[in-house]
Amino acid sequence: MAIRVQREDFDVGAELAALGAGNHRIGGICSFVGLVRDMNEGAGASEGVSAMTLEHYPGMTEKQLAAIDAEAHRRWPLEASLVVHRHGRLEPGDRIVLVATASPHREAAFEACHFLIDWLKTKAPFWKVEESAEGAARWVEARESDDAAAARWAAVDGKEG
Amino acid sequence: MKLLYFAWLRQKIGVGEETIDLPADIADARGLVTWLKGRGEGYEIAFRDLDAIKLAVNQDYADLDAPVKAGDEVAFFPPVTGG
Repeated sequence: MAIRVQREDFDVGAELAALGAGNHRIGGICSFVGLVRDMNEGAGASEGVSAMTLEHYPGMTEKQLAAIDAEAHRRWPLEASLVVHRHGRLEPGDRIVLVATASPHREAAFEACHFLIDWLKTKAPFWKVEESAEGAARWVEARESDDAAAARWAAVDGKEG
Repeated sequence: MKLLYFAWLRQKIGVGEETIDLPADIADARGLVTWLKGRGEGYEIAFRDLDAIKLAVNQDYADLDAPVKAGDEVAFFPPVTGG
């Protein structure tokens, strides 16, 4: 129910503590934190990644994230949800994205969190360009495995818990 | 019409955003791409492989058959890689 796209880092503990605070119907919170890795998965590429820059489409990014979030709430009985996605230049170890879901039931929280990150990766308009230690820049290509992960949810409906 | 280009499309075209007067005979995104390719070498290179490009009309995903009209915001970009 909350979407944020920002350059700044976020505090995972503070975000989770605030999510649905005071709502005692919530029985569990599930979270996913995406980090910048120091290696890429380009075809045949073995060079390290010294930094990456995330570009996004202001306006459409928020619109698409809100649509994905609404879909998660349609499928699962969520009491609260949060997506925070960073943009700009990030280095290995930096946090990129936080997805958190809160539900009366753990299965719904787990599944909705998994769904949100899978759909986010294929539907939210972000693009990564990686820098190698030598200073070469390389646009990260979309991965078929991400498409497959997102497609897995196309036919799966939420459980009632 | 407002046009937006992201990632390597922006780099090849040389601008991230521009405003154009849409020619009256263009009715869909495919026609728009064909017209853009005639505007210079950067456009021609950027739009060479249409299978490698996604687009959005007014911030919703669309395809090349999508209707476009004056006043729309149309964006072109490679497949997304967030998360």
